[in-house]
Amino acid sequence: MNRIDQLFKQKHHNVLNVYCTAGYPHLNSLHEVLASLQAHGADIVEIGIPYSDPIADGPVIQQSNMVALENGMSIPVLFEQLENIRNDIHLPIILMGYMNPVLQFGMEKFCAAAEKSGVDGIILPDLPMYEFETEYQPFFEKHRLRFIFLVTPETSETRTREIDGLSSGFLYAVSSSSTTGKNKAIEDQVAYFKKLQDMKLKNPVLVGFGIKDRLTFNSAAEYTNGAIIGSAYIKALGDTTGIDLSTKEFLNGILA
Amino acid sequence: MLTTKESEFSVNEHGYYGNFGGAFIPEMLYPNVKQLQERYLQIMYDPAFQQQFRQLLSDYVGRPTPLYLAERLSHKHGASIYLKREDLCHTGAHKINNTVGQILLAERLGKKRIIAETGAGQHGVATATVCALKGLECIVYMGEKDIERQAPNVARMKMLGATVVPALSGSKTLKDATNEAIRDWINNPLDTHYIIGSVVGPHPYPDMVTRFQSVISEEIKKQLLEKTGSKLPTHVIACVGGGSNAAGAFYHFLDELSVKLVAVEAAGCGIASGMSAATTQLGKPGILHGSKSLLMQTEDGQVVEPHSISAGLDYPGIGPLQAHLYTSGRGTFMSATDEEALAAGFEISKTEGIIPALETAHAFSVLNEMHFEKNDVVVVCLSGRGDKDLATYMKYLK
Repeated sequence: MNRIDQLFKQKHHNVLNVYCTAGYPHLNSLHEVLASLQAHGADIVEIGIPYSDPIADGPVIQQSNMVALENGMSIPVLFEQLENIRNDIHLPIILMGYMNPVLQFGMEKFCAAAEKSGVDGIILPDLPMYEFETEYQPFFEKHRLRFIFLVTPETSETRTREIDGLSSGFLYAVSSSSTTGKNKAIEDQVAYFKKLQDMKLKNPVLVGFGIKDRLTFNSAAEYTNGAIIGSAYIKALGDTTGIDLSTKEFLNGILA
Repeated sequence: MLTTKESEFSVNEHGYYGNFGGAFIPEMLYPNVKQLQERYLQIMYDPAFQQQFRQLLSDYVGRPTPLYLAERLSHKHGASIYLKREDLCHTGAHKINNTVGQILLAERLGKKRIIAETGAGQHGVATATVCALKGLECIVYMGEKDIERQAPNVARMKMLGATVVPALSGSKTLKDATNEAIRDWINNPLDTHYIIGSVVGPHPYPDMVTRFQSVISEEIKKQLLEKTGSKLPTHVIACVGGGSNAAGAFYHFLDELSVKLVAVEAAGCGIASGMSAATTQLGKPGILHGSKSLLMQTEDGQVVEPHSISAGLDYPGIGPLQAHLYTSGRGTFMSATDEEALAAGFEISKTEGIIPALETAHAFSVLNEMHFEKNDVVVVCLSGRGDKDLATYMKYLK
């Protein structure tokens, strides 16, 4: 069974998905990052594929993308690093990236390599529903990858249902219309989270964008299945204390 | 009047020209882009809008711009060479045709805040100008490096009341200014309209900007008929960065297959030099700024920083219409190096008394590589004037 589906079968509340950028802070730090996240309480890991032009991301993740590219990260290198990852990482793994690098690698080849590495789901924020349905959906299905779409407070109810229908794994609810890492007040979005809950969608819902600490995590998780943290963790990884210690302190601050 | 038409070269309902186009945007941009997709044609072809647009083009921009028979240039090349004088538009380039159209559209959408990206600053100035005209807040994103090298246009934008925000990400040039403008739009979805300056971006921008710029070829047809008795030239030549002046100059000739459409890209230091912006020669299909087109990129799909002496052509992609014209063979794509463009700029200044923008100088440069028949009627789109480039020209003035 797909690990994302399995997780949501067992756990319905306070699911914590943590984003990291492949190749950040060091070219080969991915394994240590994933192992630390697993050891200290994350439920899902989302691995960002670095890109020169990440338009949905704020400065923190942009910077981590630049560093990762300078370090030499690429899709082929990432798949090399993931080759034996399932020996000791058992959390669901999601790859998040932008369309262009994936297209150059080849969408079908990408899906095949992802399945082979034990990846469970894919997020491509700039792949719209029309192109997904007309061109790419069969590749994800063939390789048993969940495809996670985004919805925002500005997404109409009809469209949210349409997106939910096409999504699998879970639905990524962007907390407010913004790029990643903006500190718009999560508390103000509670009405939106409630609305999502009342819609009784097919997929579990995780909230992302602006989640940075226990308070914001709890606000987001109260009416949904959990939340996604990205920029705040990337910032923590930038500390010089070492990956495992930074991760431990960061996750303790949210979960303990 | 602007007309709607269906052809192999017009956009389909999903925003594609052949294999290129679409709207590859994150969900955060969807409501704004969808609203534009649903309303742009209806708004643009509303008679009251047309009346207002045409009035501003005539009384404020100074249209129609002349179609000038360049006699010395014609004599040299042995054909009739006409210059479409977009350099005589208010603010000095064709860019304002689009910003006048989009500001009227933004007004009808009830938007209060305008954002734009700019490279050389021409589109930024054209946007700041129409925002001043309408009393709307204007924020222009400009790469930190471009701010340094285009100081006069930065000053013009500020004087017109715009806020110029340096793009500090990535390579700090036009591509990154566009990223920052898109990010601003994501963060300000309700009150803001994004005036894209070229025929790039998610659908409907390429088609919308092309239609606003199509006034160029509409006038060329009319003026040629008066001057030559035929509305069709044999050649139309225009430079291409993103491709907005070329799209406008080609538009009404796209289905007239006897008219050769020549697009001139910036080869920079030479196509194979690693310092070039000739996208059709160096690019592969890819996605940038919301549409699928040809894109200069590494094997891993990272976008490559282009080079051209002209900041307006210094862009790693081209619009999806241009990519379609290239792959379908309808357009003839040529290129000019920095050096060739400079030489052409000096030549046109001396033979015609017109200092062209460095972008436009690329279009002139290919005249020297083409062979014409005596009866050929060639139109060069003189997209902008060269005042902004004086500092660069002066470096090479002997």
